[in-house]
Amino acid sequence: MSSTLLELPGRRVLRAGPVSAVVPVRTVVVTVLALLATVAVGVLAVGRGDFPMTPQTVWEVATGGGTRIERHILLNLRLPRVLCGLLAGAALAVAGALTQTFARNPLASPDVLGVTFGASAGAVTAIVLGGVTGAVGVPLAALAGALLSAAVIYLLAWRQGIDGYRLVLIGLGAGQLLAGYTSWVLLRAEQVDLTRANIWLSGSLAGRDWTHVRPLAAALLVLLPAALAVTVALRVLQFGEDTARGLGLRLQTAQLGVVVVAAALAAAAVASAGPIEFVAFVVPQIALRLCGGSRPPLVASAVFGALLVVGCDLLARIVIAPAELPVGLVTAMVGTPYLLWLLLRRSRRTSA
Amino acid sequence: MTVAGTLTRTGRGSRPAWLAVLVLLAVVAVLLSLGLGAQTVHPADVWQAIVDPDTSDATAVVRELRGPRTVLGVLCGLALGAAGALMQGHTRNPIADPGLLGVSAGASLGVVVAIAFLGIGTFHGYIWFGFAGALAASVLVFALGSAGSHGPTPVTLALAGMALSALLASFTSSILIGNPETMSVFRFWVVGSLAGRDMTTAWEVAPFILAGLVLAAVNSPALNALGLGEDVARALGQNIALARTAGVAAVVLLAGAATAAVGPLVFAGLIVPHLARVITGPDHRWLIPFSALLGVSLVLLADVTGRMVARPAELQTGIVLAVVGAPFFIWLVRRIRMVRL
Repeated sequence: MSSTLLELPGRRVLRAGPVSAVVPVRTVVVTVLALLATVAVGVLAVGRGDFPMTPQTVWEVATGGGTRIERHILLNLRLPRVLCGLLAGAALAVAGALTQTFARNPLASPDVLGVTFGASAGAVTAIVLGGVTGAVGVPLAALAGALLSAAVIYLLAWRQGIDGYRLVLIGLGAGQLLAGYTSWVLLRAEQVDLTRANIWLSGSLAGRDWTHVRPLAAALLVLLPAALAVTVALRVLQFGEDTARGLGLRLQTAQLGVVVVAAALAAAAVASAGPIEFVAFVVPQIALRLCGGSRPPLVASAVFGALLVVGCDLLARIVIAPAELPVGLVTAMVGTPYLLWLLLRRSRRTSA
Repeated sequence: MTVAGTLTRTGRGSRPAWLAVLVLLAVVAVLLSLGLGAQTVHPADVWQAIVDPDTSDATAVVRELRGPRTVLGVLCGLALGAAGALMQGHTRNPIADPGLLGVSAGASLGVVVAIAFLGIGTFHGYIWFGFAGALAASVLVFALGSAGSHGPTPVTLALAGMALSALLASFTSSILIGNPETMSVFRFWVVGSLAGRDMTTAWEVAPFILAGLVLAAVNSPALNALGLGEDVARALGQNIALARTAGVAAVVLLAGAATAAVGPLVFAGLIVPHLARVITGPDHRWLIPFSALLGVSLVLLADVTGRMVARPAELQTGIVLAVVGAPFFIWLVRRIRMVRL
C-alpha cells in the first residue's frame, strides 16, 4: 500500500486496517521531551523550600514511604501549589491556543473574550470594595467576573449568528471597559488593599492549597478533552469561514464550542492563580515555532504551559529568597525572551 | 438601521463632506472643553477670552485652566488617532493599538523608574523619562521585529511588540510590588488624564507630534500599497523596509509623545481607526486624517464628560474613555458592518 500522496515533511502515516492517522513526528518528539522536563521540574519544585527534600525523598513519599513530617509538608503544602501551577499553566496555554486559532490572530489571547479583564474586575472589586481576604472569596469573585463578562460579550456579539471578527472587536471594547472600571477601583484603594490587589493581578501561586486545586482539576478533566474535540472544527476553520461552511461544518455550533471551552479554561485558571496573562499569548506561539505547522498545537501548548508556570514558580521562590515574586512576573521574564529568540532565529515562515 | 444606512449610502464621493463634518465636530469639542467644567462659561465669554482676553474670571478660567488641557487634548487626540490607523495598517491587525510597539510599556517603565529611584513626583517631571522609555522600547521592538530574513513583516512586528511589552510590563510590576509608595503615585499617571498639565507640556510635545503627523501623511500611499501584500507592493516599486521604518517612526513619535504627556490613553488609538474605516473605507490617505480628527473629538469629549459627571471633582480621561467609549463602540460594532483589514 503506497502512501506517497500523503507524504508530508515531518509527518508519518500510521495505518491499522481501515484506520489511518497522520502523525506529526516533530510535534510528538517535542511534546514528550517537554513532558519529561515538566516532571523533572515538578519534582525539584516540590522538594524546594524551608525544609528541602531530595528527589529521592520525594520518590519515597510518592510511593507511600517517608516520615510523617515529610509526608505532611509534601502532600499538604507543596504538592497543591505545584499542581495548581501545572494545571493553571496548561489551561491558560490551551485557552490561548484556541483563541489564537479561532481569531486567526497571534495577538488574540483570552482577553478578547473578556475573561481575564472580567476576572480582574471581579477580584479587585472583592479585595478593594468588599474587603474580601479569604482564600475562597477572591477566586470565586474572579470566576464570577470571568464567566459573567464572557457570557455578556458572547451575547452582545450575537446577531443572527456569531461572526469571529465582530466577537473580537466587541471583546476588545468590553475588555477596555472592564479595565477602566478596574483602574477606577484601584484609584480608590487603600495602600494595603492596593498591594494585595497588585499581587493578585500579577498572577501568584503563593498559599495555594487543595481547595484551589480540586475545582481546577475537575474543570480540566472535562475541558481538556472538550478542547481536543473542538480543534477538529478549528482545523477546518483556518481555511476561512466560507470554506468551512462549504465543507459541511456547522459553523455556529463549532464557534460556540470553541468560545465556551476557551473561556471556561481561562476562567478556571485565572480564578485559582490570577491572570498570568503572558502564558496564554506566549506559550502557543512558542509551541507553534517548536513544532512547526500553521496553528498552535494543543497538546504541546498544554505541556509547555505547565512547564513554564511551574518552572517559573520555582525560580520566583529562588531569585529573591526568602521572599518571592508573583509567578506571573517571572513567566513574562522567562517566556518572552525565549519567544523573541525563536522569532529571531526563525528558520521557517509560520503564520498565526 | 439609520446610522448604518446613512454610512453605507455615503459612498466614497462624499468624503470632503464627511471631512467637514469631522472638523466641525472637533471644533465643537474644543469649545465644549473650553466652556464646560466646575464653572460653566458662556460661549460668548469663551469667544471673548480667545480673541480679546480681559481681566474677567471667565477669561482666567478659559486661558489659564482649560486652555492648556484643551490644547494638549487636541495634540494627543490627533496623535493617538493617526498612530492607531498607522499601527493597524502596518501590522494588518485589528487588535493592534499604538501601544503595541512597546510605547506604553516603555513609557510606563520610564515613569516608574523616575518615581521609584529618582523621587520625581510631578507629571511634568516624568515626561522625558516616559518619552525616553517609549523611544528605547520601540526601537528595540522594531529591531527585533525586523531582524529576520524577510525584514519587518506584519506578524513579526506584532509578535515582537506584544512580547517585549509583556516583558517590560513585568519589570514595571516588579518595581511596583516592591515599592507601594511608587504604586500610589503611578496609578494616577497610568489611567491617562489631561488634568494637571500646563502649557509647557503642550509646547514640549508639540514638535514631536507635528513631525509624526507629517511622516504619517507621507507614509500613507506606501501603506496602501503594502496593504495589497508585500509582493504586490514590491512589484509596484515600493521600498518595503523604508516604508515600514517610516511608519513605525511616525507611530513612535506620535504615540510616544502623547503617552508621555497624558499617560497611556490606549483606547482612543484602538477604536478610532475602526470608526474612521466605516466612514471612509481602507484608503490610508483618507483614513489617517479622519482618524486624527476623530481622535481629537473623542479625547476632548471624554475629558469634558469626566469634568461634568463628578463635579466639582473629576473623573480621569482614560476611565471615561473606556467606560463611555466602550459601550458606544460595542453598539456601533453591532449595528454596522465593520471594514475588515
